[in-house]
Amino acid sequence: MKVRVWGCRGSLASPGPETVRFGGQTSCVSVQLSDGSLLILDAGTGIRPLGMALGGDHPERIDVFITHLHTDHIEGLRFFDPIWDPSVELNVWGPPSPIRGLRSRIAPYFAPPFFPVHLRSIPSHPEFRDTPTRTWRIGSAAVTAQLVKHPGPTVGYRVEENGHALAYLPDHEPALGSDLSTVGTEWISGFALAEGSTVLLHDAQYTKAEYDERVGWGHSSTEDAVTFGRRAGAERLVLFHHDPLHTDEQLEGVLARAKELSASGPDEVELAREGMTFEL
Amino acid sequence: MAEAHPQRNLILILARDLASRLATPVFVVDHEGTLVYFNEAAEPVLGRTYAETGELRAGGWATEWSPTDDEGRPIPLEDLPLGVAFREGRASHRSFRIVGGDRVARAIEATAFPLLIREDEIVGAIAVFWERPPEGTTGR
Repeated sequence: MKVRVWGCRGSLASPGPETVRFGGQTSCVSVQLSDGSLLILDAGTGIRPLGMALGGDHPERIDVFITHLHTDHIEGLRFFDPIWDPSVELNVWGPPSPIRGLRSRIAPYFAPPFFPVHLRSIPSHPEFRDTPTRTWRIGSAAVTAQLVKHPGPTVGYRVEENGHALAYLPDHEPALGSDLSTVGTEWISGFALAEGSTVLLHDAQYTKAEYDERVGWGHSSTEDAVTFGRRAGAERLVLFHHDPLHTDEQLEGVLARAKELSASGPDEVELAREGMTFEL
Repeated sequence: MAEAHPQRNLILILARDLASRLATPVFVVDHEGTLVYFNEAAEPVLGRTYAETGELRAGGWATEWSPTDDEGRPIPLEDLPLGVAFREGRASHRSFRIVGGDRVARAIEATAFPLLIREDEIVGAIAVFWERPPEGTTGR
């Protein structure tokens, strides 16, 4: 599978001269499977340039996997070109809620006063589906979604194809209420999604000092992201969901700290940046 | 997907995290009724530590502490608050007696409720319990 990061900023799009190297678009990652299927992880503002890059040459079917409904993960969907194409089969998957289906929870974003066009008038007539509790197949990949620690219903994803696994947990606070370095792995939120993954894209929004003042906000410190990646045995950890206040220079400091911490694994640790690609 | 390490449901993880920080005795069972955790506050009431008992299947924990009513009649699993919470998917409360792992008999009260993530999907249940104050006192 070919993976490309289109947006890795957390919380709020942050364009400007201080975020040029890592980018200011909010969460979006494309996954092109070997059979040509297109999977899209989250629909932050990064999905807009992805839609433009696809042009009219997009597959007939597109599957978008939303981790949760915080604005920075869905705000780009309305500006994703293929949703305006009546010929596209667009499936939008998202976290199950105990009360309401995904469609009724997303619909307000596609209605006045937030948006001029009602969801029912979107030409592609997207299908909204709650993620199943078991692994399911999309094209040539097996996809797994599991609820993870973050305020409100939130899932992480694992996409597996040909023995390689991409784990995607952009908003995740596994250390909340747990000592990640000692607790049994079965009790670590998101562990099964990340276990033995080839590439793990994981929340690392805060420095340790910032995290200490934001416990419970649903995000991880650099330290916790590295510990999580090490316990999960991820081959390559990519720190994701950069804080909107962090400049490129500050992010380089985060990376230096992560490398220092990861002396005992994961094998590789790096920062997500727009345009970054992986081939798994 | 790797199955080497079965993943606990997030709701169960959160329940355990919460229980581990409470001074109130709490007992947590999973979707099959297996005891997966009780907290430190529960240990003096149950007369054992969780490290000693580890996980216990429903049939095991239901007899481990020999629950009886105030007249000494054994209470079957399905009539214990956790049994009701599980079977009927609703909260349940009851007073009864147990014999702790330290062989001390104690009168307790327990309230249990199911952990339902959908109307028809239970991922576990929680019981909160406490020792009944001696007759003629009001406790705390």
